[in-house]
Amino acid sequence: MTILPGSVGTLSASDDIEHAIAPEPGRTALLKDMLFGQASTIFAFSVVVIFLLVAILAPWLAPYDPLAQSILSINKQPSWAHWLGTDQFGRDVLSRMIHGSRNSLLFGLISPALAAFFGTILGVTAGYFGGVIDRVISRVVDLLLAFPELLLAIMIAAVLGGAFWNIIAVITVAFVPGFARVARASTLAVKQEPYIEAAVAVGLRTPTIIIRHVIPNIAAPILVLMTLWVASAIRLEASLSFLGIGTRAPNPSWGNIIRDGLNNLFGSPWPIIAAGFAITCVVLSFNLMGDAVRDVLDPETTR
Amino acid sequence: MGLGGGDVMNIAVTGDDLVVVRDVGKTFSEAGGLVFGRAQPSVRAVDGASFEVKRGETLALVGESGCGKSTLGRLLLRLIDASEGEIAIDGVDILRLSSNDMRQMRARVQMIFQDPYGSLSPRRSVAKIIAEPLEIFGLVQSRKQRRDRVAELMIQVGLSPTFMDRYPRQFSGGQRQRIGIARAIAVDPQFIVADEPVSALDVSVQAQIVNLMQDLQKSRGFSYLFIAHDLSVVRHIADRVAVMYLGRIVEIGPKRRIYDFPSHPYTQALLSAVPEPDPETRKSRIILKGDVPSPANDPTGCSFHTRCPIAQPICRAERPPLLETASGHLAACHFAKPHPIPL
Amino acid sequence: MTIAPSLSRQQPAASVHPGPLLKVEDLSIEFGPKGTAVRVVEGVSFTIDTGAAVGIVGESGSGKSMTSLAVMGLIPSPPGRIATGRILFEGVDLLGLPRSRMPEIRGRDIAMIFQEPMSSLNPVMTIGDQIGEAIKLHQKMGREERRQRVVELLKLVGIPDPERRLGAYPHQFSGGMRQRVMIAMAVACNPKLLIADEPTTALDVTIQAQVLELMHKIRRTLNTTILLISHDLGVIADICERVIVMYAGKVVEDADVKTIFRSPKHPYTRGLLQSIPRLKDENTRLYQIPGMVPLPGTIKQGCPFFPRCPDRIDKCARETPPLLEITPQQKAACWVSAGATS
Repeated sequence: MTILPGSVGTLSASDDIEHAIAPEPGRTALLKDMLFGQASTIFAFSVVVIFLLVAILAPWLAPYDPLAQSILSINKQPSWAHWLGTDQFGRDVLSRMIHGSRNSLLFGLISPALAAFFGTILGVTAGYFGGVIDRVISRVVDLLLAFPELLLAIMIAAVLGGAFWNIIAVITVAFVPGFARVARASTLAVKQEPYIEAAVAVGLRTPTIIIRHVIPNIAAPILVLMTLWVASAIRLEASLSFLGIGTRAPNPSWGNIIRDGLNNLFGSPWPIIAAGFAITCVVLSFNLMGDAVRDVLDPETTR
Repeated sequence: MGLGGGDVMNIAVTGDDLVVVRDVGKTFSEAGGLVFGRAQPSVRAVDGASFEVKRGETLALVGESGCGKSTLGRLLLRLIDASEGEIAIDGVDILRLSSNDMRQMRARVQMIFQDPYGSLSPRRSVAKIIAEPLEIFGLVQSRKQRRDRVAELMIQVGLSPTFMDRYPRQFSGGQRQRIGIARAIAVDPQFIVADEPVSALDVSVQAQIVNLMQDLQKSRGFSYLFIAHDLSVVRHIADRVAVMYLGRIVEIGPKRRIYDFPSHPYTQALLSAVPEPDPETRKSRIILKGDVPSPANDPTGCSFHTRCPIAQPICRAERPPLLETASGHLAACHFAKPHPIPL
Repeated sequence: MTIAPSLSRQQPAASVHPGPLLKVEDLSIEFGPKGTAVRVVEGVSFTIDTGAAVGIVGESGSGKSMTSLAVMGLIPSPPGRIATGRILFEGVDLLGLPRSRMPEIRGRDIAMIFQEPMSSLNPVMTIGDQIGEAIKLHQKMGREERRQRVVELLKLVGIPDPERRLGAYPHQFSGGMRQRVMIAMAVACNPKLLIADEPTTALDVTIQAQVLELMHKIRRTLNTTILLISHDLGVIADICERVIVMYAGKVVEDADVKTIFRSPKHPYTRGLLQSIPRLKDENTRLYQIPGMVPLPGTIKQGCPFFPRCPDRIDKCARETPPLLEITPQQKAACWVSAGATS
């Protein structure tokens, strides 16, 4: 098929090429505006970045060995030597917090990402194909949803044991139903959009339609959910550790710092205060980040 | 492509007819089943549609919302599978094609959509949207070739190629519709179903798009099925007009005949309902009573009898067949005459 | 019509106000933060006399809907704001009234019908209750009397079997029926001015014909002044005797309907009239105005129609034409029509 240069001229003279379109808001400019336009977002991103840096640089930042016990300095109040004091074994709370951030953040990031991946596959499959496939997947998901996540996690952890990847798997399974539900609902909505029908009419294969046209358009709610569940994952890991199924003592995670601290509440409240504060900070930051991510990803946003 | 050869057609295809539709019907029914699926009452959306579209011709399909015109358009492209009947495009019985062969067939049949906002994927650039059909059918090999081809297409539909890396949200409704048209003509189809392509646009933009569609047809020779909800735009683009009411074609014929000698009272009412932008000739309108009945409870006999100003007892009892009132002009009315019915 | 007298009885003693019912003067509406605000309506002035039916026609982005929303005091703010102008209703500047006074005027003196009959009704309230509520807001009336009046109103707008339909919910009605209910709500308190913003755009042609017929009936029986906003000159020609043409936020022509159809003076009006598809037209090719409506805020000086105008002269690029009187019945914002030459 060749297009003659002259074929352009067959259009009438008044059919001018249109030279005006709405100005491009500029994705990068928009991103900058979203990130730095609001104080809460700046705060959230800074907190997340700081915590990530702390986790990565833990061995260099921690002033003491987090496992080193010392009978000479038990339950110390905060001082210049121990900024957050020490626990009942004389371990430096700050060092344990810094090392514990590694476990907590790893759980916090890996499990929601895995859950989002599997949940999206399940949800999109159910939503796009509908019918029997949808009913089977949806019922399984409903079944999983019926268990509280913590209970589900405890059940699986009790069977499998508390190794690192087991805990990750446990939290992932607990989160998959939520993602599957959101992905399914979003897919059902996107499937009604005329551009999906347009993609079929143009001749695209179903897998291509799903990858190119469905998933990018349901990505926003999934990503937002992911940031929200980073917070939940940290909380869940803390709960599991607190119950003694998660990170094994003496290795620190924010969860088991709280657990140990609770037994020694009257010795020194500082481990609980520090770990509680850290969890609150990270959870809040990820929630705020979720809002910002949602704004940036909305294709109709033009500010 | 392996099409056409092995398929035995029951339909006699004359050289002139590109699309042949015979007794096509569609019943929507939601099947219940496995664990609490609910059964829905079935709806007869299209019933016994038969017509042809000739090569290079525009057939307009006109009717009000819910009359089944969009469903019929989608049946012709197999975006929805017909419940019964036969549809042949260029001699190929598309209802018998495997889904793989049907996808190959889509290089020859394309669609232009009503909603210029919803029918373009919001996260893909204009170049990607227009290039999609080219890639599917292997019409472009290199990146450069693809961009050149997209640029040509954009110029042909009156868009500046400098915007090819922009996203749909930056374009106005008319411009988006041009993008949709570029996508449809990219693979040089023989048949395009245009589903109310201008009804969402402003009047002055409507004129631009209608003219563009006509120019493209003139230079490329494809056929249109032009779906519309009223008869005014259709007058400027159609060669023949089919009028639908409650899932059935009630009148079909050459444009001149439909406008000058409408035979079916519904067509007459449709013509008279369009507010004429001319205060001097304020006409006495035929105002139809009531609403279109729901397709779920189709009236007996002639489906129009509940609103028809000239309905007789026979209309309630017997469904009128689509009969020729003049050469090539058919109407489904017991009282169809070659001249307007005095009301 | 037997209901007419009983309906007009409800009308408060007509306060005779000399001069036009509605007078809009130099109305400008801005959107966005101050400094970078974009004017979507600029310097709009017009008057509507009591008992008249006036149409505002324009394409999307012309500012016609914003103008009508401003009269209702319904400009979303922020980000919108009325930058300049006065809106005089019976001589009282609505913009000068305290915010708390507006709800009192809305519904009782000025009522509005919207385009979307589907979403403008509350889905969980019965039709009868919704219309009754509109009455209750502005008129003291007993329960039974109110019910009687709702039935009268439903009868007026042509809803069959109104006594039974009182208890129906909006989803049980078709689009055309819902628009009838909307009209019943709007005229419930016998407003002096009825603003109809694209009342038939979402409806099918045969239903549109019914609703237009109903609007005529409302005018005949209740003597309501009508401001009709539409993109469709056919609809305007059907109902109104005067047309205001808006383009890019400005009034470009203002004349009585017959004049504007016979001899439009603004080139945009001419182009718009020519580009309408007509049933009677044998010509297969539609006239098209080249180019597109400018994006708001992109035209800084000169006539907003200048880039697309076939008759433009140098002056048009430099100076924005005001609305000039061509004849006593016709005003147009065009230098060329007003006699300027290049």
